[in-house]
Amino acid sequence: MTATQDVSIQLPAGVDDVVPELAMRNIGKSFANIRALSDVSFSVRGGEIHALMGENGAGKSTLMKILSGAYRADPGGEIRLRGELVAIDGPLAGRQHGIAVIYQELSLAPNLSVAENIFLGEEKKRFGFIDRKAMEAAAKPLLARLDAPFAVSDRVAQLSIAERQLVEIARALAGHPRILVMDEPTTSLSSREATRLFAIIRQLKSEGIAIVYISHRMAEVYELADRVSVLRDGTLIGTLKKEEITAPTLVRMMVGRELSSFYTKEHRHPSADRKAVLEVENIGDGKFIKDCSFSVRAGEVVGLAGLVGSGRTELARLIYGADLKAGGRILVDGKECRIDTPLQAIKSGVVYLTEDRKALGLFLDMTIRENIAVSVLDEDALPGGILNLKAARERAAAAIKSLGIRTLNGSVIVGSLSGGNQQKVLLSRLLETKPRVLLLDEPTRGIDVGAKSQIYQIIDALARNGAAVLVISSELPEIVGISDRVLVMRDGHIVGEVEGQPDAPITQEKIMDIATSTAAIRAA
Amino acid sequence: MSERVLDGNAQESEKTSLARKQKMRSVLQIVGMLPILIILAIFFEVSTDRFMSWMNLSIVAQQAAINIVLAAGMTFVILTGGIDLSIGSILAASAMIAIIVSKVPDYGLLGVPAALLIGLIFGLINGVLIAAMKLPPFIVTLGSLTAVRGVARLMGEDTTVFNPELPFAFIGNGTLFGVPWLVVIAFAVVIISWFILRRTVLGNRIYAVGGNPDAARLAGIKVWRVLLFVYSMAGLLAGLGGAMSAARLYAANGLQLGQSYELDAIAAVILGGTSFTGGIGSIWGTLIGALIIAILTNGLILLGISDIWQYIIKGLVIIGAVALDRYRLREGGRT
Repeated sequence: MTATQDVSIQLPAGVDDVVPELAMRNIGKSFANIRALSDVSFSVRGGEIHALMGENGAGKSTLMKILSGAYRADPGGEIRLRGELVAIDGPLAGRQHGIAVIYQELSLAPNLSVAENIFLGEEKKRFGFIDRKAMEAAAKPLLARLDAPFAVSDRVAQLSIAERQLVEIARALAGHPRILVMDEPTTSLSSREATRLFAIIRQLKSEGIAIVYISHRMAEVYELADRVSVLRDGTLIGTLKKEEITAPTLVRMMVGRELSSFYTKEHRHPSADRKAVLEVENIGDGKFIKDCSFSVRAGEVVGLAGLVGSGRTELARLIYGADLKAGGRILVDGKECRIDTPLQAIKSGVVYLTEDRKALGLFLDMTIRENIAVSVLDEDALPGGILNLKAARERAAAAIKSLGIRTLNGSVIVGSLSGGNQQKVLLSRLLETKPRVLLLDEPTRGIDVGAKSQIYQIIDALARNGAAVLVISSELPEIVGISDRVLVMRDGHIVGEVEGQPDAPITQEKIMDIATSTAAIRAA
Repeated sequence: MSERVLDGNAQESEKTSLARKQKMRSVLQIVGMLPILIILAIFFEVSTDRFMSWMNLSIVAQQAAINIVLAAGMTFVILTGGIDLSIGSILAASAMIAIIVSKVPDYGLLGVPAALLIGLIFGLINGVLIAAMKLPPFIVTLGSLTAVRGVARLMGEDTTVFNPELPFAFIGNGTLFGVPWLVVIAFAVVIISWFILRRTVLGNRIYAVGGNPDAARLAGIKVWRVLLFVYSMAGLLAGLGGAMSAARLYAANGLQLGQSYELDAIAAVILGGTSFTGGIGSIWGTLIGALIIAILTNGLILLGISDIWQYIIKGLVIIGAVALDRYRLREGGRT
């Protein structure tokens, strides 16, 4: 209903009541013969938060790269800043025009101080030498403005991810930007940290900065945005005003169809007397993770919640044998298993999906086929350790079909796939080993709405087939939506459990209560 | 990741163009430096008139043979993201042992297996230090570059050892159906290397470990075993190179033999398009890289260019060729 009604706002500057800080008109971009963007118009006013949504590959990043000067738009489009036609022909020009972009991957130098990072590339100098004092003096008010809980002389390596993000923001602010672009800033933040970030964003907004906020998360957009624009397949589907924003509308605009139910939970919660597939007893690493015990029954999906840094990933890696255990035992199907290496875990029927698929999961330069078959090569091999190419091809073809990986064939290089398809490839690799226990760490991080929904269906299907599934997630709605039971971690311990009952379902509040209750939490 | 859009709802036409593009890419990757090789050959033929004779090509192939064998070993190592600086020294030690053993009456032929064994042992030592003790390959092999050189000198009491009646001299100077044995061996090494890299489980794991060692471990690959293999392989092939060198010269010298051979081998691998960070590359590229180096050396000699200028030109051609290659394949290229 609202799909294209916002055209009036896209009219050239001057027609609108306020001259927008930024107005992009009819922007197109082709790579070779592929159209990544066509005819997109987009505007932001000073003091406005304009959210940009869309699935991976919809063209959000391309549009922002054109704005920042990393790419040049095809001829025919125009960019106006405060009504004035400008040509942004390089990253430097973008900065000079007061455009600052904070990318998803943080780009700080960990061994330098906060102040040095803020002025990286534009160091203050005295007689040709770095003037550390001047930089620290200039950085101080920036940190004060952001209410940052660290000092200008701290080394970035010592900061948490949320704190590093503040450094990135301070760095952007050091250039006195008029337009600030934030690309999925909350991806690796806990909800508390995200809440603090939102307060900062609102403050910047009140200072009159025009903010473009790219996000996948409906709730954030709902909370923050004054307007939302949705891109799909390189075209602008529409722009909604704050009062028009609803989740179903946004999903439909992004995906192009209704998603009947986003989360899938068709499997029955197995009763408490059903046998446990995974039993973890008093596992610890001797440092941070202490004395963790729990079990997962056949056909059960257990969520593992907690703030970032509470030890969820560390616990999963311990169980999987990726890191060294200090005591405790693990039983699979009632039998004690010695798991000191990932290989032993796989052989015991335990698999782990890493939260960082690019750095720790995939072989980006190798094909889909090679990525899927890598853990079962020995199983398939012909005598003498010779590769069974036929078996690998068949496995890949079957996985591509059953998980719906969008690709030409199994010979495509994994690095060229979108996040969602990469995640499905990684998941296929785990499934090839026919696991009894799946430890899924942020299984839907950085993938688009459609793929998320498919991942939920896969998890549900696994549970229906009797697997034990442990899902780690920072997105509470996701945990609540798919879990039968939720374990909550804090400071390396499992501190609580929320069981879903027919009359008392799991809620986000219950989980957050446990995750944040005592005063023992260190400042985030 | 500008092309994320592609895999979305790509239209049919885009799909086929993507398929074509990918095919082009893989063809380019396989062909790699072949055009440079051909251009060099044509250039030398036009400017010297003697280059393309069978006689000369056979000389080029023989000169390239030892470097091809060393570079094949180096390809395994660099594919895992490592480096082996010690192969020149290992070659010297192996050549020494080959000559020394060849003088044993009646058992002279054992010189060849002795050379292979010594090479394998030194390679294994490198491998254990790198794989089990997790020391950096550069440091370990830099150390063995020096230490093994010392061992080579020790073996001949720092003299040149000769055996004019070398029982396996045919390897260095004979032919098989008209093809020099050196060339036959080099080609066999390339074929075997290709088979291991592309047709065995182990080969697949070499690429995996080089592409992403952390992911390899999490996928259940015994990374240490792969590393142990590649350094042992590099050592073994350096041993083979030592035997070939001894057979050709009827002599070996612990001090001079094999000096800076590792650099030629590395140059061949990099010219062949193998990524220095591991995970990308092929043995065919290495073959072409080694041939480029051999043709360049031979052609410059035919042109009568002085030794000093040969060095300068060779260095510049290597840099230029790799730069050209990176430029051409910019999208997929990385060093």
